[in-house]
Amino acid sequence: MTDTAFVEIRNAAKSFGSLQVLRDINLKVERGQIVAIIGPSGSGKSTLLRAINELDPLSSGEIWLEGVQINKKLPHRQYERHVNQVRQDIGMVFQHFNLFPHLTVRENITLAPKLLKGMSAGEANALAEQQLAKVGLMEKIDAYPSQLSGGQKQRVAIARALAMKPKVMLFDEATSALDPELVEEVNLVMKQLAEEHMTMIIVTHEMGFAESVCDRVLFMDGGVVVEEGPPEVIFRNPENERTRAFLRKHLQTNHNR
Amino acid sequence: MSLDFTVVPQFLDVILLGVLWTILITLGASVLSFFVGIFFAIIALYAPWFVRLPFRAFEWLFMGTPLLLQLFLIYFGLIQVGIDLPAFVAGVIGLGLHYAVYNSELIQASILAVDRGQTEAARTLGLSRMQTLRYVVVPQAVRDVIPPIGNNMIALLKDSALVSVIGVSELTLSAQQAIGRTFRPFEFYVTAAAFYYAINLIMEAVQRRIERRIALSR
Amino acid sequence: MDVDLILRVYPFFLQAAWVTIQLSVLTAVLGLACGSLGAAARLSRLRIFRIIGAVYVSLFRGTPALIQLFILYFGGPQIGIQLDAFEAGVIGLGVNIGAYMTETIRGAIIAIDRGQTEASRTLGLSRWQSMRYVVLPQAARLMIRPLGVNINALIKGTALVAAISVVELTYTAQRYIGSTYKPFEMFLLSGTLYMIIIYATGRGIAWLDRRARIT
Repeated sequence: MTDTAFVEIRNAAKSFGSLQVLRDINLKVERGQIVAIIGPSGSGKSTLLRAINELDPLSSGEIWLEGVQINKKLPHRQYERHVNQVRQDIGMVFQHFNLFPHLTVRENITLAPKLLKGMSAGEANALAEQQLAKVGLMEKIDAYPSQLSGGQKQRVAIARALAMKPKVMLFDEATSALDPELVEEVNLVMKQLAEEHMTMIIVTHEMGFAESVCDRVLFMDGGVVVEEGPPEVIFRNPENERTRAFLRKHLQTNHNR
Repeated sequence: MSLDFTVVPQFLDVILLGVLWTILITLGASVLSFFVGIFFAIIALYAPWFVRLPFRAFEWLFMGTPLLLQLFLIYFGLIQVGIDLPAFVAGVIGLGLHYAVYNSELIQASILAVDRGQTEAARTLGLSRMQTLRYVVVPQAVRDVIPPIGNNMIALLKDSALVSVIGVSELTLSAQQAIGRTFRPFEFYVTAAAFYYAINLIMEAVQRRIERRIALSR
Repeated sequence: MDVDLILRVYPFFLQAAWVTIQLSVLTAVLGLACGSLGAAARLSRLRIFRIIGAVYVSLFRGTPALIQLFILYFGGPQIGIQLDAFEAGVIGLGVNIGAYMTETIRGAIIAIDRGQTEASRTLGLSRWQSMRYVVLPQAARLMIRPLGVNINALIKGTALVAAISVVELTYTAQRYIGSTYKPFEMFLLSGTLYMIIIYATGRGIAWLDRRARIT
């Protein structure tokens, strides 16, 4: 059991009908490591991230978290129970925030701890306050999501995920839907998490952020990992022609904006 | 008394005649409700207030009361004022007017949704208000409204069963005639239901095909 | 306009209106129950339930409510179901409108963004918890108006039980038209009562809808 890395993906493959979106992907992430996944849209990077917590289960391959296989083949009832359990250890932040619009910020954060960890209202409240203070949004605790800006919504979504005390955080293009001036506040929160040594897997389009925060970068294209390495190498001196072409094109479009 | 569907085939001619009348009533009332619906929509949106207000009241009355009650009113009301229409005609008029009001609602919304720029462009070219409506706005509005009007026609098929109560010998009344002779209500009503269901499925299939074609023409 | 006649017969119409109200309320309750079950079946993980739900909706929406009522009331005794006209009316109309409500409820549930389920499942909530605490509270708000449309149709639909001689508003109107030969007066009287019932119900639904929106 202990011979697996903290997060480990082995021979992951996935297809939708005849379309193969992931092919033989292997990935090891150590505790406290921060990994960025970059690549063109349709490269399979979001699918890979969503496979880690079984939102889009793999067709074949294995995913492990701290010695526990996440995508175990089990009879339906047991599988559901198992997945509900392991998901509590995996925080996820979505591109479109997915805050619950009918609940206040406080209720968004306390819902899962109350239901799943049996927390009392008092404990859950204290937790919500603590997490909101961390993302700098204490004053919004009784607001509804519709009263928040995009950046604030995403910070609440991060606080909501953190309240479950996850072992690993997944970020699926967390800043792509934000207006440019709101990106920084979310990046700051993520940097802060990095300093606290949270294990993170980040799918992103922001090369600058990936370069400054991550320990390792994966470049994916066509459902495979084309190249991986430390950010200095991937961004400054990539070996693969596809990586170079992607980065060149990306820099250009960013300049043109 | 156990079930015995073997009596049904003996009355197949009666039932099939009923099916034919049901189809005729549905088609007749649908066509009526479509054109009257366009007419109603234009009145509701563009007529002067002394026409529009009484018309609104009429619309309101038709949407707020049961079809069955309206059928009684039309059938017996016309007799009272000295017009003795055949039951079939009264049925088509009753169903047609009822659904015209619903179609009118759809068409009004659709006319209002046609881009203002369309009207402006037409008026700039020198078309009159009426010409703009006739050649530019209504054709676009009608195209948008065909799928929901199709739904209304499918609903109309099922409501056509109601005209049996004013003596139109369509499918439901045919079934009742057969029941009167055999005392087998379950068998014949289920048979009638099966025919309605079949017509309903055919209409839904046609509806889907039309929707696909409209989707393609965009 | 024969005002004297209206003044003479209106108490009978009021009584009939009360029957229409009772029919409407009971039918709505049964319809909502059938609609909730139907929607649960149509959204079930199990194929067999999905098929049952789809067949229910297709059959009951695909045939006239009047025929369904006749099968139940006149045909029922042949298969051992003995109901009086009022009971048959409530059950027949309730199961019928339930098929329409199934689609309304299902529509509201599937209109809730997939991201809501994904976010709650990601936090570790089970399928049922995610439905109960995240999807349904949002869907409930969405379905108030369209269910209001169903209920509006249902109130007018109660007129069908006149055909099995339940003494409600339409039956009463029909009988007085037959005995007085004054169709316009009788239509006006019963129509007004229907409009009052429908208007009041509409106001109630609008109130619910507003209240659900504020929070």
